[in-house]
Amino acid sequence: MNRIKKLFAEKKDILSIYYTAGFPSLDDTLTIAEELERCGADLLEIGFPYSDPVADGPVIQESSKRALDNGMDLKTLFTQLKELRNRVNIPVLLMGYVNPVLQFGVENFCRACAEAGVDGCIVPDLPMVEYETLYQPVFEQNGLTNIFLVTPQTSEERIRKIDGLTSGFVYLLSSSATTGKNLQVSESTEAYFSRIADMKLDNPTMIGFGINSKETFEKACAYANGAIIGSAFVKSLDAADIKGSVQRFMRQFREL
Amino acid sequence: MSYFVNEKGYYGDFGGAYIPEMLYPNVEELRQNYLKIIADENFQEEFHHLLKDYVGRPSPLYLAGRLSDRYKANIFLKREDLNHTGAHKVNNTIGQILLAERLGKKRIIAETGAGQHGVATATVCALRGLECVVYMGEVDIKRQAPNVARMKMLGAKVVAATSGSKTLKDATNEAMRDWINNPVDTHYIIGSVVGPHPYPDMVARFQSVISEEAKKQLAEQTGNGSPDYVLACVGGGSNAMGMFYHFIDDEQVKLIAVEAAGKGVDSGFSAATTYLGKEGVLHGSRSILMQTHDGQVVEPHSVSAGLDYPGIGPQHAHLFKTGRGRYVSVTDDEALQAGLLLTQMEGIIPAIESAHALAYLEKMNFTGGENVVVCLSGRGDKDMDTYMKYFGL
Ligand SMILES: Cc1ncc(COP(=O)(O)O)c(C=O)c1O
Repeated sequence: MNRIKKLFAEKKDILSIYYTAGFPSLDDTLTIAEELERCGADLLEIGFPYSDPVADGPVIQESSKRALDNGMDLKTLFTQLKELRNRVNIPVLLMGYVNPVLQFGVENFCRACAEAGVDGCIVPDLPMVEYETLYQPVFEQNGLTNIFLVTPQTSEERIRKIDGLTSGFVYLLSSSATTGKNLQVSESTEAYFSRIADMKLDNPTMIGFGINSKETFEKACAYANGAIIGSAFVKSLDAADIKGSVQRFMRQFREL
Repeated sequence: MSYFVNEKGYYGDFGGAYIPEMLYPNVEELRQNYLKIIADENFQEEFHHLLKDYVGRPSPLYLAGRLSDRYKANIFLKREDLNHTGAHKVNNTIGQILLAERLGKKRIIAETGAGQHGVATATVCALRGLECVVYMGEVDIKRQAPNVARMKMLGAKVVAATSGSKTLKDATNEAMRDWINNPVDTHYIIGSVVGPHPYPDMVARFQSVISEEAKKQLAEQTGNGSPDYVLACVGGGSNAMGMFYHFIDDEQVKLIAVEAAGKGVDSGFSAATTYLGKEGVLHGSRSILMQTHDGQVVEPHSVSAGLDYPGIGPQHAHLFKTGRGRYVSVTDDEALQAGLLLTQMEGIIPAIESAHALAYLEKMNFTGGENVVVCLSGRGDKDMDTYMKYFGL
């Protein structure tokens, strides 16, 4: 069983953390990964930075810019990730925009992911039709799954299609929003979460965008297999004390 | 070969809709409806009525006598500068506001570089009583102050984009983020032939009135509707696509697209996309863009805010790659000099964007008597500050 399937089979209230590779300092990528695992994170989403992250709010815009200024690029990231599986056991996804992947070459990218022991990807601006026709075979040859986003406006037909295309989980956005907003669970959000639950999808679900506290994490876990935290974690990183700041952040969610 | 969009939203290798799921419902709604709405008789009637009585179309096709003498060719200027609001941009915003109304949208957002598209959007929002928010790079807000004031007077909210190079690309990012966060009731009026399908095709259709008229006017004036050359400047490429549209399938007409070379194509301060760029994805479509080896978008430079963009629309990328269009560039200095030349030879102060197209006339070798149509995409009022500084006026 692959790492992602195993995780969802064995655990609930899964805590996934997103952060940007190469931020605050170029070489923090694996230090953060290792410390997150030690502090009880279940899944990691390592972001590779892009100059024009349209789906992101100010925090991830800033971390992306700083990472690029630090010299992060996909080649550097894959060099860093050579050590990944010597240091980290939990599943890892790479998350980023499609243009850097295109320039690296889709085949090269997938092969490098497989060699590093990466389990899958989230590429928000890669359309489903393109994935199906051009990318899926290469992803699958390399043992990678692709994760798709779903919003309250996504049609049921489309959700079914997404469910058929992925073998990881379905990434539910609490609302249509850029990253870093506050999760607001209104009646209509609850209705949407229940609608998804009633669909009995083949894949588990995770809720993301706007999870920033124990309270919002627990709310999300009531409706899904777990939740994803991004901006709130990235904001909390202290360049002068990476491990300490990771621990302080994770203490909100896990007993250390 | 087809130079127009196919049913999948592509022009050859370019186009598509590379957007996050959050934008999918809105873009899909547009895709399913735009052709139907545009073809509707009632829409066409309203569109053409507004173009005629509100915008002042048809815009004249003017044979510029002294310029023609200078270049030994018949230089016709398509006078988009005479449109209401002073540029071609309004052709598109009229079309899109009518479309947005038919989709039941209540709130309009837009990005702007030179401020011409922002003004044209704020104008149609005032006309129809819709809320309007315009994103504009902080740098552009400074260099296009008169247009910022116009937008505000028209009742629009102007929001500064403070990320990246603080110009058109960043304003576009912010507008996309706004649309993600306002998935219901908002329509995004993109100002050029860029963005995810169906935008490039939709904007080209609205701008195609430029070449539709020019072809007729040229036939009336010369007896032949097919010019030897048409020229236009390219930022994202909407005035150029409007100028090319009805000539694209007439392969005898040479299409020349003029990009902004900034301080020189190899100076590191340039916006000459086809020269400096590679294939990739920007703002929702696969096209040609200026980028690093790692796919990071490179910050462009041009004295002209409307051309200060690191990409071009996908249809332009296709015309470039197939060789149907010739893509060339002129520098800031060349454009400014051409602006002065037109002013002093014809009494027309052009937008610095449009002056790029004019500047290329200096580099062409006419054998004598060719018919050349140049799209004079806008007037230079907004650029007086730049002209004043440059020429010490
Ligand atoms: C007068 C004028 N011409 C040209 C442009 C460039 O845009 P496009 O390439 O879409 O025509 C602008 C953009 O602001 C403009 O104001």
